[in-house]
Amino acid sequence: MAKRIEIKDLDIFYGKFQAVKGVDMTIEPRAVTAFIGSSGCGKSTVLRSLNRMHEVIDGAYVDGEVLLDGTNLYGPNVDPVRVRRQIGMVFQRPNPFPTMSIKENVLAGVRLNNARMSGSEMDELAEKSLRGANLWEEVKDRLDRPGSGLSGGQQQRLCIARAIAISPDVILMDEPCSALDPISTLAIEDLIKDLKEDYTVVIVTHNMQQAARVSDSTAFFNLKAQGQPGELIEYGSTEKIFHNPDQKATEDYITGRFG
Amino acid sequence: MSAQAPSSDKERTTSSEPLDSSLVRDSKRYGDTLFSGISTGSALMIFVILAAVATFLTTQAIPAVTREPGPTGLTAVETAGGFWQWVLPLAFGTVWASVLAMLMAVPLAIGIALFLSHYAPKRVAKTFGYIVDLLAAVPSVVFGLWGVTVLAPALDPFYRWLNDNLSWIYFFNAWVPYGDGGDLRPNLAAGGQNMLTAAMVLALMVIPIITALTREVFLQTPRLHEEASLALGATRWEMIRQAVLPFGTSGIISSSMLGLGRALGETMAVAMILPGKVLISFKLLTFDNPNTIAAYIAQNFPEAEGDGNHQLIAAGLVLFVITLVVNMVARAIIHSRREFSGAN
Ligand SMILES: Nc1ncnc2c1ncn2[C@@H]1O[C@H](COP(=O)(O)OP(=O)(O)OP(=O)(O)O)[C@@H](O)[C@H]1O
Ligand SMILES: [Mg+2]
Repeated sequence: MAKRIEIKDLDIFYGKFQAVKGVDMTIEPRAVTAFIGSSGCGKSTVLRSLNRMHEVIDGAYVDGEVLLDGTNLYGPNVDPVRVRRQIGMVFQRPNPFPTMSIKENVLAGVRLNNARMSGSEMDELAEKSLRGANLWEEVKDRLDRPGSGLSGGQQQRLCIARAIAISPDVILMDEPCSALDPISTLAIEDLIKDLKEDYTVVIVTHNMQQAARVSDSTAFFNLKAQGQPGELIEYGSTEKIFHNPDQKATEDYITGRFG
Repeated sequence: MSAQAPSSDKERTTSSEPLDSSLVRDSKRYGDTLFSGISTGSALMIFVILAAVATFLTTQAIPAVTREPGPTGLTAVETAGGFWQWVLPLAFGTVWASVLAMLMAVPLAIGIALFLSHYAPKRVAKTFGYIVDLLAAVPSVVFGLWGVTVLAPALDPFYRWLNDNLSWIYFFNAWVPYGDGGDLRPNLAAGGQNMLTAAMVLALMVIPIITALTREVFLQTPRLHEEASLALGATRWEMIRQAVLPFGTSGIISSSMLGLGRALGETMAVAMILPGKVLISFKLLTFDNPNTIAAYIAQNFPEAEGDGNHQLIAAGLVLFVITLVVNMVARAIIHSRREFSGAN
């Protein structure tokens, strides 16, 4: 459970276009790390490179190392499929499988990994995961209904349940609340705080208050100039980044003055 | 022109209140009137034509269905012993040939479509997709000619081998009793012109249709769902099973139904390949093959007259009904899956 991620001199490309340059950082286990920064500076790109989802895009590749408790995820014999089973991901827009019921959605990842599981074990896992995602009480009476029939916030929590059902070491979230109303957002933020008990959590957000509320560490990304690759400008405890940043650019961004 | 269009809205502007002129409905929307006239007209016309065809088929078919066949045994219906005894084997042949064709075509077409949409490099997919589209445009006579002159003779040795070695499989058994000593002799179709060849050619004809349509559907799988699956640690094939195929199910069903429609109504290819008879048989390699309705009509219409005409038209009506039922079943399947289709 909960593993440390070390990123070493990571350059990320979309074909010929370099989107991110020279990222070095260590993401601590059992903590929430927030990625902030203006649009297009490469937050999602970095996040997706952590579970090798970046390379599913045509022509996309990375240069550098990402170590998960010391193992290089981009090492020569590493299977990206295995990596993704250990590092779960929640997307900006809720994406439950529309053809599956709520329960099938939760178990979708488990089905892939090891098909051999008794019916009662499956039921138990589904309940545990849904409870873990604070969704159980709302859906326990309609587990066989389609997942797409839930509200947006419920769908997002269903996706979180689906991600934690395969007991990953790390959970990556790319703006998980940006499509949700304030109440659902609060529900997910509470959930994120619970999740860090067991997982390494990385979250991308455009919402400063959200980063301040949920995260222990914050990484600020920015573009040196338009058309240049994004870079990690400053990384530290959320406390420090929000109240006493070292970099002028960070302070400007936090206080709402974009440079 | 607009004067002819009965438009009730026009009268309203004559109320006593003075209206802001920019709000007054413009009575001279010629484009709108013209377009709605044309589209309504075309819709009506299609309806009228369909009704006319249905009426024609039914009225022409009734005599064939109601009249008792004479005992002379001169016509096919008389030989069969009645209209239904004659038309049912033909309906069977039609459905059987199409089902066989679909059994071969659908899995292959889905495989090709998946290859084109999710496996092949872009450039390969493009050229290959273009070839598939071209195949869909090949006229059926050409398929028929190719089936008779190339495919059937080429497969003939293979059929002999099947009959010699695998005749314990019912479908491949073409042995018939010979003499009265209990001997058997092979009753293989001449030159490989059997039901299996006919079904293969039908399959080849519908594969491009199904491939082209399902490929489009597979390509439209939301990126969101594909990534959801990959992020759970799915391999490419698992992702296809989890995200692409479920999303494409109704597309697969409807394109298969289009293909089946073509196979059911296909005339020339079957007529050229299969020397069909009025009989029911599930055996694939024998000389005695059931005919299909469309091929039977094509083969017999030139000489038909009087009652014969009515009978062929009645058979055509049966084909029409079969196609209709197939379509209705397909719609019902798609409808029953709607809740889980992600269309909401
Ligand atoms: N699929 C892609 N193909 C090519 N370039 C891409 C692709 N996705 C992102 N980029 C580019 O990479 C850069 C970083 O994009 P990214 O999506 O990581 O930014 P972001 O920080 O997540 O922005 P936002 O806050 O708007 O989500 C941008 O310049 C973007 O145009
Ligand atoms: Mg982003």
